[in-house]
Amino acid sequence: MSKATLDPHTAAVARPGHRGFKIDPTAALALPAVLYLVAAYAIPLAILLFAAFRTPEGLSLANFAGFFADAYNWQVTYNTLWSAGMSTLACLVIGYPTAVALARSRGVVQMALLVSLILPLSVGVVVKAFAWTIMLRTNGILNQALLGIGLIDAPLRLLFTPTGLVIGAVNVFLPFMILPIYSVLRLVDARLPEAAATLGAGPVYRFFHVLLPLTLPGIIAGVAFVFSLTVSMYVVPNLLMGEQFMTLPRLVARSYLYFRNEALGSTIAVILLVIAVAVVMGSQYLIRLTRHET
Amino acid sequence: MTAIERLTTIIIWTVACAVALFMMAPLVVAVIVSFSASPVFNLPPPSWSLRWYTILASKPELLDAVSLSVQIALISTAISLILGTLCAIAVAQGRFPGREAISTFMISPLMMPGLVLGVALLQFLRGYGLRDAYLGLLIGHVVITLPLVMRNVQAALSLFDFSLLEAARTLGMAPPKAILKVLVPLLAPAYLTSGLFAFLSSIDNYPISMFLVDAHHKTLPIQLLVYLESSPDPTIAAISTCLIVLTVLFLLIADRLVGLRRLAEF
Repeated sequence: MSKATLDPHTAAVARPGHRGFKIDPTAALALPAVLYLVAAYAIPLAILLFAAFRTPEGLSLANFAGFFADAYNWQVTYNTLWSAGMSTLACLVIGYPTAVALARSRGVVQMALLVSLILPLSVGVVVKAFAWTIMLRTNGILNQALLGIGLIDAPLRLLFTPTGLVIGAVNVFLPFMILPIYSVLRLVDARLPEAAATLGAGPVYRFFHVLLPLTLPGIIAGVAFVFSLTVSMYVVPNLLMGEQFMTLPRLVARSYLYFRNEALGSTIAVILLVIAVAVVMGSQYLIRLTRHET
Repeated sequence: MTAIERLTTIIIWTVACAVALFMMAPLVVAVIVSFSASPVFNLPPPSWSLRWYTILASKPELLDAVSLSVQIALISTAISLILGTLCAIAVAQGRFPGREAISTFMISPLMMPGLVLGVALLQFLRGYGLRDAYLGLLIGHVVITLPLVMRNVQAALSLFDFSLLEAARTLGMAPPKAILKVLVPLLAPAYLTSGLFAFLSSIDNYPISMFLVDAHHKTLPIQLLVYLESSPDPTIAAISTCLIVLTVLFLLIADRLVGLRRLAEF
């Protein structure tokens, strides 16, 4: 098999320019993997979509209309989008300076910063969410630290509050903001801001007219990553929030695992899917747009 | 340096240091708690002990979960490495239409919310009457490990100059020997790294597993979630510490193989 793949003569036969419908035998190597994902991923997703649109009267949007007719579901959708939006915003605000520091640093310092991002990223979210249930307690270390540096006078209630949820979510998803921005920053020619400075541009002007436009693709990618991940997070709200703060992913899990209500579950799952895919596709479109302009 | 530049430098470094501490904090806390003698999560712990590690050994359901997770991770990684490499070679080296589409399709599961993939598989497998949780978990985990392998091996192959193989053969090497001496060494780091990350992402996976486990087959993250919701004690911290140590080990190997900087590429 490997012989067929790597033999340049076989490849040459099917090269465009040669007449005839001879299909490159190399294509057969892709077949097992493609067939696997068609069976275990594409077809199940198609069935899920079908289930969300299926009603006793045939295919329709009735399930979605029914879902959004309930005020409670609006609250759930709002909770989901709010926590995703706030987490994404917080990630961007603290992630951008960190990415700049990462790009400016060298040697051991850069290594230490990279490790502090990649190691937590590689540890499972259940472990981290568990640690946050300890740290966010009223007598937990976060409160002790804040009291210690004098930022607060009395311990804050953080566990089971939206603030605590955002802190946990930012901790889990921050690398997905920093690393794409860092990847773009590395490619930015360090001489460009310098050149702008030589031409008399001030630091503020340089940031808004040189650095920001150049790093925009990284920002868009990071925002899309973090938003689509936080919109569908399950463990973090499940451990850091009480029952009263319902989100779309929690409702999906509940409808399948407890209520056995597949019509409701598939409808919400499709709503989540649409949000996540729209954000990623939209971001790719925007990134292409920014590349064309520059 | 102007005053504004000095100020931004100070802000950037303050934020970066705070972020590094903030990111490492949960891991450090999990490790500290695991060595605490107290069953409540007081920090700093009143005294130290290894009791939670000894208790680990006396919890059969936890050991079962570890064993199941390791088995699923090993098998799904192996399947992904084989299928993913074959597919990556076809896309990198083949001359047939639709290679771009295949590559996009193969990587697309990484874009989807894991929860949705889990739900879709649950509904699909229920519909076909497959009740075997072990097989279901395996099918589900390959859906997420295969795209990871595909992406990494494909990236490595796109940097590989296939004419080197021809050169080796012109110099008199037999084709199998040329592959062994030229392609394999150049591909090995990416291959091992993607294997390590596929393994880790399977071990840590919950959004897909959550829907495919049953009462007798619970993977480690799911068993941990069950404990956290019922009876949280530092045993969980002990097992978390083991997971963290495993991750550190894998990252050290990956760093040796391809370098940490390349792992940070997005």
